[in-house]
Amino acid sequence: MSKPLKQIHLAAHFPGVNNTTVWSDPEAGSHIEFSSFAHFARTAERAKFDFLFLAEGLRLREQGGKIYDLDVVGRPDTFTVLAALAAVTERLGLTGTINSTFNEPYEVARQFASLDHLSAGRAAWNVVTSWDAFTGENFRRGGFLPQEERYSRAKEFLATANELFDSWQGDEIVADQETGTFLSDAKAGAFVHTGQHFDIEGRFNVPRSPQGRPVIFQAGDSDEGREFAAAGADAIFSRHATLDAGQAFYTDVKRRLAAYGRRPDQLLILPAASFVLGDTDAEAEELAKEVRRQQVSGATALKHLEFVWNRDLSAYDPEGPLPDIDPDVDGTHISQGRAQVRMYRDPLATARAWRELAAANNWSIRDLVIETGNRQNFVGSPATVAKTINDYVQSDAADGFILVPHITPTGLDVFADRVVPLLQEQGVFRADYEGTTLRDHLGLDTPGPTGP
Amino acid sequence: MSPSSPLHLAVALDGAGWHPAAWREPVARPRDLFSAGYWADLVAEAERGLLDLVTIEDGLGPQSSHLTEPDDRTDQVRGRLDAVLVAARVAPLTRHIGIVPTVVATHTEPFHISKAVATLDYVSTGRAGLRVQVTARRNEAAHFGRRAFPPLDPDDVRNPTDPVVRQLVTDLFDEAADHVEVVRRLWDSWEDDAEIRDVATGRFIDRDKLHYIDFEGAHFKVKGPSITPRPPQGQPIVSALAHRHPTGAPFRLLARSADLGYLTPEDADDARAQVTEVRAAQAEAGRADETLHLFGDLVVFLDDTPEAARDRRARLDDLDGGPYTSDARIFTGTPQQLADLLLELGESGLTGFRLRPAVASHDLPAITRGLVPELQRRNAFRRAYEADTLRGLLGLPRPANRYSPQLSTSREPGATPIATA
Repeated sequence: MSKPLKQIHLAAHFPGVNNTTVWSDPEAGSHIEFSSFAHFARTAERAKFDFLFLAEGLRLREQGGKIYDLDVVGRPDTFTVLAALAAVTERLGLTGTINSTFNEPYEVARQFASLDHLSAGRAAWNVVTSWDAFTGENFRRGGFLPQEERYSRAKEFLATANELFDSWQGDEIVADQETGTFLSDAKAGAFVHTGQHFDIEGRFNVPRSPQGRPVIFQAGDSDEGREFAAAGADAIFSRHATLDAGQAFYTDVKRRLAAYGRRPDQLLILPAASFVLGDTDAEAEELAKEVRRQQVSGATALKHLEFVWNRDLSAYDPEGPLPDIDPDVDGTHISQGRAQVRMYRDPLATARAWRELAAANNWSIRDLVIETGNRQNFVGSPATVAKTINDYVQSDAADGFILVPHITPTGLDVFADRVVPLLQEQGVFRADYEGTTLRDHLGLDTPGPTGP
Repeated sequence: MSPSSPLHLAVALDGAGWHPAAWREPVARPRDLFSAGYWADLVAEAERGLLDLVTIEDGLGPQSSHLTEPDDRTDQVRGRLDAVLVAARVAPLTRHIGIVPTVVATHTEPFHISKAVATLDYVSTGRAGLRVQVTARRNEAAHFGRRAFPPLDPDDVRNPTDPVVRQLVTDLFDEAADHVEVVRRLWDSWEDDAEIRDVATGRFIDRDKLHYIDFEGAHFKVKGPSITPRPPQGQPIVSALAHRHPTGAPFRLLARSADLGYLTPEDADDARAQVTEVRAAQAEAGRADETLHLFGDLVVFLDDTPEAARDRRARLDDLDGGPYTSDARIFTGTPQQLADLLLELGESGLTGFRLRPAVASHDLPAITRGLVPELQRRNAFRRAYEADTLRGLLGLPRPANRYSPQLSTSREPGATPIATA
């Protein structure tokens, strides 16, 4: 007997401040006006998606000591825009990325519990960590950490926030107008936490929210990050959207759950994935090529080469050959405030390989950056993309995908209109919401006050 | 002041209302206090009454009947939602009214607050403000574990003789002024036309129009720029409640940092005196030419007859086990009587009022459906919204950006950097 079909989970990532987002397209709208966020959220909800996802960065990226100006710059406060989106949607989950280094548990727990109340149970928290002094310059406490402490702070931050969420059992508010009892327990919300990073006590002042705790996401890919997810997250926002890498990651992470007494279905693997749709596969391929050229302008190509060379390459012609000089491996890194720079561990070797590749293919700098850069994950006709997504999920490369359109705010519309109906016809994606909370959509238990 | 609105009117929202037994009134909805619908209904009601703005109370600890310490009472409302998020949740459901959540300067990051209120301004298309508050409560400091305060006697906070307490009060308000300064600089850290989308050069922004704020004060340093572009109003409204205090610190905060202050005068003479003091502090802060609205705060019990209002207040006092006291004057009476009082107090230099409904679900509708028509009959209140932004409702122009080059030659009101001596 074949195993029953898995239900696919789908989410929508609001286009980010990187070169995946094509702002130069005539169709591209505002990245900051609320109407863009509302359009994007309503499209996701119309398509019955599980949730909307917002990333966060707390300092504008710089390169060569100057604010990076080639990508979309500027975004709203995560909590505030999610609370506003709760007013224009009814079922869609609302996932916000919130840093555990530049915040305090009491405040963040209040904000997530408040968001969960105000959205009637749709809040989720993508817990990220940071250690850089660069970002810390925007914060009164400085806020940077030795790199090795960032996960220990994140772990303790999350554990502390959970203690705050659990400090209310959920039945304390009696509000009996006759007897005059508002609270059944004078100590509701009482907590004491003593640890390496936080030493706090008192009373949490937001009563237990509909989901008990927000759904917890983890996004790091390191061994520590995977372990952190296995120990306490409900879902992973991963980068492994190819079949092989996805299956390897999926197997690895799900295997870690048993050590924490958890079942495989208690942690969802949801890779980020970009897509390009066309009427036919061939048309989609053409379109995808075009989009990649839009994503990598000549100026962008030079800046991306600078990540590896760690030098100012502005004098080079992006349509010309790669630089003969070698990368600067000694100086401080030219780029600050972005994760991408960590991808090149051996710049000299990368530079050598790229020169050979460019020479062999007669590629310019821009060609090289386009060809070695990320290809869109799903390219094809609606039928092809629906089939591919379903195959990936059924073959355990993922439990679903967090889709990243390249056009704001309408980039999701075509997926909603043309791919989702096919998945629904195949019975692998919901035709309508069956529950009201994000935990309902994701098939996760609602934790009791003492934890799951 | 705009001629169509000789008097400005705000309502302060706090749980079921300002009387601690408000939640026990049959009309109250105590089980809904943590739902979006409750807040949406209140703000919609306020907007129906054409009010300038609502403020939303907040605090980083449970409410308490005691000024400086927590209590263990179970017969009053305890617990509240984050005010900025409540504000954001109701903003898309309204079109005209200003929405002004409370933020606590003492324990929060100005970088976060700045982008949160800027975002509130985006989601409300230009109707955001903040009410800045300080706290010296030991229990709230312990929720953050980053600083400690000495035990404080309520009388000593109100009228400190101990130099240590005087210094503490002064420091907290000065820190709040620095907090506001950072928030304001960050709002200006993007010039309005910084986003250029120049396809020819591939540049999304003109980075010369983004500015490091490089703030360094006694309490913190902040680099900037904000991650959020300049909000629709340029500078959302900054407001604060301020009491007369021996240190002068609260009035100084208004003078240095605010567009709108809430005062708590006992009568017209006291109002006149307080307004004079704030205006003097404003001149001292070099802001004499700028608009600083001063609203009088009043707790209101409104009914069709004075007896009914008095009886209701007495009934609630009985339920709570003692008479309700407040920093603000407590009014009981009819909407007509309140209109009389407001017009009288308005002669003293106050530019408007912030009314604190004793019972939200009773006294707010009494304001919007009783007081407002009464004031309109006397040509003392607007008959329709005359602006789309909160600054517009308050008669404030959209300020020039302090970092724009042209500002060095023409300084416009509201945009002058505040000294942080």
